[in-house]
Amino acid sequence: MAQTLRVPGSHDLRRVIGDGEAIPDGEVEGLEERDLLELYRSMVLLRTYDERSVVFHRQGRIGTYAIFWNHEAMQAGSAYALEREDWIFPSYRESAIGLLRGMPVSTVLSWWRGHPAGWWNPLDYNVASICVPIGTHVPHAAGLAWGKKLRGESSCAVAYFGDGATSEGSFHEGANFAGVMRAPLILFCNNNQWAISTPLSAQTAAETLADKAVGYGIPGVRVDGCDVLAVFEATRDAVARARAGEGPTFIEAVSYRTAPHATADDPRAYIDLERVEEEKRRECLGRYEAYLRRAGVLSDELAESTRAEAAEALRSGIAAAEEEPPADVGLVFEHAYAAPPASFAAELAELRELLGE
Amino acid sequence: MSELTLVEAINDAFHTELARDDSVLVMGEDVGRAGGVFRATAGLRDKFGAERCVDTPLAEAGILGAAVGLCMAGWRPVCEMQYDAFSYPCLDQLITHVGRYRWRTRGAMDFPLVVRMPYGGGVRAPELHDDSPEAYYAHTPGVKVAIPSTPADAKGLLAAAIRDPDPVIVLEPKLHYRTMRGDVPAGEHVVALGRARVARDGDDATIVAYGSMVPVAEAAAELLAEEAAVEVLDIRTLKPLDEEALLESVGKTGRAVIVQEAPRTAGYGAELAAILAEKAMLDLRAPVIRVTGYDVPYPYWQIEDAYMPSVERVVAAVRKTLEF
Repeated sequence: MAQTLRVPGSHDLRRVIGDGEAIPDGEVEGLEERDLLELYRSMVLLRTYDERSVVFHRQGRIGTYAIFWNHEAMQAGSAYALEREDWIFPSYRESAIGLLRGMPVSTVLSWWRGHPAGWWNPLDYNVASICVPIGTHVPHAAGLAWGKKLRGESSCAVAYFGDGATSEGSFHEGANFAGVMRAPLILFCNNNQWAISTPLSAQTAAETLADKAVGYGIPGVRVDGCDVLAVFEATRDAVARARAGEGPTFIEAVSYRTAPHATADDPRAYIDLERVEEEKRRECLGRYEAYLRRAGVLSDELAESTRAEAAEALRSGIAAAEEEPPADVGLVFEHAYAAPPASFAAELAELRELLGE
Repeated sequence: MSELTLVEAINDAFHTELARDDSVLVMGEDVGRAGGVFRATAGLRDKFGAERCVDTPLAEAGILGAAVGLCMAGWRPVCEMQYDAFSYPCLDQLITHVGRYRWRTRGAMDFPLVVRMPYGGGVRAPELHDDSPEAYYAHTPGVKVAIPSTPADAKGLLAAAIRDPDPVIVLEPKLHYRTMRGDVPAGEHVVALGRARVARDGDDATIVAYGSMVPVAEAAAELLAEEAAVEVLDIRTLKPLDEEALLESVGKTGRAVIVQEAPRTAGYGAELAAILAEKAMLDLRAPVIRVTGYDVPYPYWQIEDAYMPSVERVVAAVRKTLEF
């Protein structure tokens, strides 16, 4: 059962995982041991992906990379509340969320390598393409959810975006659209309290981001974003509402960005490093591991083998990504149109000749 | 065949295409209950239901963004932007997503959406009801752009746009919505995208125009009839352009005047002129001349006629090429 925890200077956050001391552990109805371990595997896979990606970047094996360390609970918890037919609309912060839908590690790494093998077919996973501009995919998710409803299908959609995105017009238009159409949509706000160097206090005068939901006539809930079980439960509730025809839900998952925005960012110029260290001690995977151990669900052996499995997935993933043959320049001209204009063939022929191909 | 106004022809296309394909859906501000501020979508809500002729919130980026998602759910949305200049908020979606999503999926997904809007001036309207924004659209990779100048083409190009697997922007000359009548084929009528139309035959000079400027070009050619046989090429689709028809006509006449209502700099006429410079050098007997709107905000309507490329300006330009 979810409990609430009063966080100073903030509104109530739904929380399930205790602290092993004064705050007792709760549990989520309907989650069995295998579910708890599946969530754990997902978080470990995402964590390993993220940590290895930072190393791969330093080694020059992938390009600029948007780090999501301490966001794993939000991604794994919410995705686990979905069915395979439900659609995920990721921002770049959720670049690897497709792994939870069976997307190969090499595909996501290829995306960060700028190789065409990283541009997947959304229909293969019901995971939309990564949205690079901020919040502009929110109307897409609203449109898809609305369109599925119009077709009489029961699937829903989740759009992931950050706290900064709530300042964007696209977020507003998408949320409003979804509210009006009663679209089966979950607006999942990963409030890590930073938009590169801009703190939440400079992003909004609203007390909470969940308060914004009121303006769209939809419920807004706040949840501890570092508590995978609370995130799961809140998302499951939102999915149930969506499927029941009750329309969208806004989930504000509150966490803290303990890593740079991306590999090109140096947060020492703007962030309170002491706060970062404090938040790191509360990071989501460690908290969940401790919960599972207290519950007697996770042994050292299982933790070890889960981590080893994820490490292996990354080892073979980067190898597969690096084995992709170089992209043919002909791809420059492909896929912009169903039937390319006549000029493309001549331009490509000229380019090939200049390249000596 | 029946005689319809330009906006009636558009309405006719909608009735035909919505009946033909039940994945076609019309959406926009005031398109349902009101049937559109110009009545382009009149009767659709009654005939096909509120779910296929949808009154949306007043949100142009939201409309186009939702249309992207609708495509992903298997729909073929046709979005109305109420006026040319009201479409600017949707440029964000157009540039960042609409023109790129097929490419982003490496061709795995189609985005068969249409954005149509009334464009152009001459209607004595308030500010930002008069713009000619075609260059913004034509410059965006991944989208096609069509501009009809007759009722028959308004129906046929819209039908082609609706059936096309790629996003198509259709700009409709609002000045001629009700002032122009013409024969329109009944039932299914498709004018293939990418095909220009010779609106008037001639051997001495070519006026290249589209949309609202075609009647201006035709009037200029008529005025010049005793001096020269002036061809009028209505290019109809700005992207993909019927380059062959352009080169054929100018190859024949050796003289080209390009007319656009939009401001001059980096307008679509510059693209046409550049193609002629690259590919018709030896055919040209005079410099290519552009007759365009000026590089200013579209003016107060009491003096808007001074902005508009007029028959007189076009005639003067053609004479200049003839006398060169």
